[in-house]
Amino acid sequence: MKLRTLTLGLAGAAVAAGGAMAQDGDPIELGIPVFLSGAASGPFGLPQQNGATVLIEALNAGEVPAPYDQVGINGRQVEATYVDEAADPVQEYRNLVERDEVDAVVGYTSSGNCKAVAPLAEELQQLTVLVDCGTPQIFESVVTDPTYLFRTGPTGTIDSVGAVRYLMDTGVDMSRVAGINQNYAWGQDAWADFTGSLEALETGSDITTEQFPQVFAGQYGAEVSALLTSGANAIHTSFWGGDLEAFILQAAPRGLFQRSAVVMTTGEAAMQRLPDEIPEGAIIGARGPYSYFAPDTELANWFRETYEAEYGNPPSYPAWKMAQAILGLKAAWEKADSDDPAEIAAAFENLEFETPAGTVRMAIGNGHQAIQGIAYGTYALDDEGNPTVENVISYNAECVNPPADQTAAEWIEAGFPGADCE
Amino acid sequence: MLKFTAIMLDGMNYAAWLFLVAVGLTLIYGVMRILNIAHGAFYAIGAYVCASALGVFYAAGLPGALAFAVMGVVALIAGVIVGLVVERGVLRFLYGRDEVLMVLVTYALFLILEDAVKLIWGVESYFVYQPYAYFGFVEIGGLPYQVYDLMIVALAIVMGIALWFWLERSRMGRMTTAVVADREISAAMGINVTRIFATTFAIGTVFAVIGGVVTAPKIAVTPGIGVEVIILAFAVVVIGGLGSIPGAAIGAIFAGYARAMSVHLAPAYELFAIYAVMAVVLAIRPHGLFARASGRKI
Amino acid sequence: MMKTDFRREPLYIAILAVLLIVGFFLPSWLRFLLQTALAGGLVALGVALQMRAGLVNFGQGLYYALGGYAVGMLAAQAGITDIFILLIAAVLVSTVAGIVLGLLLSRYREIFYAMLSLAVSMILYGLLVKAAWLGSTDGFNIPPVSYLGWTPDRAVRPDIYYVTTAVLTVIACLATARYLTSGAGMLCEAVAENEIRLEYLGASPRKVAFIVIVVASALSGLGGGLLAMSTGHVDPLMTNWTTSGGFVFVALLAGRGSTIAPVIGFFLLELVRTYALDLAPNAWQMILGLVMLAVILLLPEGLWSLIERRRKA
Repeated sequence: MKLRTLTLGLAGAAVAAGGAMAQDGDPIELGIPVFLSGAASGPFGLPQQNGATVLIEALNAGEVPAPYDQVGINGRQVEATYVDEAADPVQEYRNLVERDEVDAVVGYTSSGNCKAVAPLAEELQQLTVLVDCGTPQIFESVVTDPTYLFRTGPTGTIDSVGAVRYLMDTGVDMSRVAGINQNYAWGQDAWADFTGSLEALETGSDITTEQFPQVFAGQYGAEVSALLTSGANAIHTSFWGGDLEAFILQAAPRGLFQRSAVVMTTGEAAMQRLPDEIPEGAIIGARGPYSYFAPDTELANWFRETYEAEYGNPPSYPAWKMAQAILGLKAAWEKADSDDPAEIAAAFENLEFETPAGTVRMAIGNGHQAIQGIAYGTYALDDEGNPTVENVISYNAECVNPPADQTAAEWIEAGFPGADCE
Repeated sequence: MLKFTAIMLDGMNYAAWLFLVAVGLTLIYGVMRILNIAHGAFYAIGAYVCASALGVFYAAGLPGALAFAVMGVVALIAGVIVGLVVERGVLRFLYGRDEVLMVLVTYALFLILEDAVKLIWGVESYFVYQPYAYFGFVEIGGLPYQVYDLMIVALAIVMGIALWFWLERSRMGRMTTAVVADREISAAMGINVTRIFATTFAIGTVFAVIGGVVTAPKIAVTPGIGVEVIILAFAVVVIGGLGSIPGAAIGAIFAGYARAMSVHLAPAYELFAIYAVMAVVLAIRPHGLFARASGRKI
Repeated sequence: MMKTDFRREPLYIAILAVLLIVGFFLPSWLRFLLQTALAGGLVALGVALQMRAGLVNFGQGLYYALGGYAVGMLAAQAGITDIFILLIAAVLVSTVAGIVLGLLLSRYREIFYAMLSLAVSMILYGLLVKAAWLGSTDGFNIPPVSYLGWTPDRAVRPDIYYVTTAVLTVIACLATARYLTSGAGMLCEAVAENEIRLEYLGASPRKVAFIVIVVASALSGLGGGLLAMSTGHVDPLMTNWTTSGGFVFVALLAGRGSTIAPVIGFFLLELVRTYALDLAPNAWQMILGLVMLAVILLLPEGLWSLIERRRKA
């Protein structure tokens, strides 16, 4: 029994090795880890997988607008293998790299998974593009001298910094502020950045209550009561997915949104799903200039329309981030005009490339971490009853990101030195 | 004062919900000695079935009040079907096996059902928020509170009493109590133990499904909602004493108020509240608050 | 309950050693799977030991996480990278935790032992999630370890890690086999069978239970330390109940017939998991569940019974 399984494994590996003698013209294999199970599969995994699927199909057919009109990546067709990010990230990463011998790994949403695979990408010298994951630590402390590892999505820092700036610029009373964030790394970091930004901008706010319900708790009756009784003028939440949707469903009927200005940093993802339940006037973010906040360019409109034609609903921000990652890789690959990972990585460094969400610059983290601006707006229904955002204010990348020589935490602590918000 | 009102209401509300999701677990354990991890999957199935049924219901434009009748009917049908399929299809082949092994059997069932739910309903969330908004809210001591949440409290009380009444007063219930006391003697006295087991498991499942059905209007019905429920239900049941129905009620009240108090007074410790209560109770009363003393066999 | 006879243990452990030597030549991803499975296998062995005394620990992940975090914190925060110091620290920390908790938990039996150990492990989970300085749920990374001052080069590092893990696993199995043939080890089954008779015979069931809890905690701490070294990353999931549930599953299904059964069983579980993921990324949990059910239904005495049966035949 044991031995048979072992030999089976050996045989499988031998086949994989035989098939991996890549030559010019062979398809490029992308390993794409996204959440296929668990609570993150609906809000993140599905739009990411859909976004990758439509984009890769269009790339292979040469249908993407300029500057991405070359077929596939550098003329080679692209194939994708999706794996479940909810499984052991380190083992699955090794399986993709060493068993399936993919040419590049493009994926990951969870910061914990990004942290776990980051050093491995360098150790195995594997071209890897991190799509989402909020933590700024990847290039600040986990991999400080990166070669093969890139992240094309901005860090979570911009969400909180942008949220505070938006509240200030729209004249929201911030004398009493409360927060409700999930009790895990993402929620804790988002809240720490938010309160840090309040101090940096000297809003003089009192923090009335800091709610940290367990992630995926689903029942927020007591938390909503606590927020209602706290008398906060402004409330910050970084809830996402089902938790955000449940929070809206439980808070809106009790009038929380009427009593306080509520800023939901990932609110965009809920807009298509709960158009009639989100109270108009709620402050919505999309973790970057995605979706409703995207610029009016040919590339953006093409992506939105193609995705909607295929799946019946417009892409939410995770789909945009996935497209951004694949296009970044394509841009670097074609700039290098070589299949050598080291040359592609060198071309990727400090790259500036176009995406549906505007121009992205790999400006910090030794040229491996993207910076992008962010925008916030208030929720509204347009004349036809479709969800939209108004009162949008956009902040450019230099306004909400730390400069290359500072970590996010230092930069916030020091009061945003060098921030350029014009 | 406002805070006190909020704690009282929130604690009661959360306790009622905990009781609904936990009581089926304690019933099944009490009678069948199966600590059912699949209980969480039953809860999830209830939420999904409710979302689908009400989705069809509202699409047909039927009057809103009828929705509650639909919820009751689908809970009953789904609970009985799922319960009987699992009990007749799998569990009955394993009666008499080690208690811990049965935990693993139900864990395997949980994994299978989780993916089955995903294959049927996909990974995107479902909503049926109409019932939650239907009755609007009332102001209690200055705090707006959803009437729906207060109705869950009423439902929990009614269900608890009904279950107690069934066990203590009905013929079937008393036979069930006899099986709990001694399975072999009961069988020798002519009680159909197989039928008792199937009925108990179906009733326990109906309770889990009801928990999911009444929760669905408040949440986004997504993959993974079942996992969160299991451990909470376990904690409640262990605090009260495994297999005891009043124990489940007391356990739910303990855990419900512990959470409400921590949310309002020390939100940083919300995560520990329930485990801390569980650890303290077990340290003082190793078998839970309402456990029967068991004889030591020589 | 299966009658166990540990006189053949040295032979089994020798077989394990041979298998691990063969394992060295596996493709690197599969060898890595084996390497991490060995770490988990030690924890499963700890759970299996307790099961012999009728104690089912649904919170063994606690010691696993303590071992992992001990290695992680010393290496990442205190800058100590010597593998021997790190692993000794891992075993020490988890053993101390085992002694403290053992004093409390050795009074409990059956489902109450299971639930209380689960509660304690989930409290640690909560503490780690709250600890922003330890990366909360994201956990943190661990730098490469050194061997008495020598830090292996990137090219040979995986080989050295594998050899270290394999050798320590075999040593741990040998030590466990030695414990099983000692008085305290032999009495475990008596605790499970009938405590009162054991008391009448003048032995203390509580002491027997206490010792097995401590031995299991030491094994699990070693496992956690080895895993931290292998993956270079620790996070609070190590002490989540789902992780502990996996150990119980392996301990129960691998059978308690030998110290090497849980170790190999854990590898088989991981193998099924990884192939299920590859085969059906959307339904791998279902496959895992079906395999579990099939094993429970078809092999009531665990996988080890296949070997036992052949021996009797």
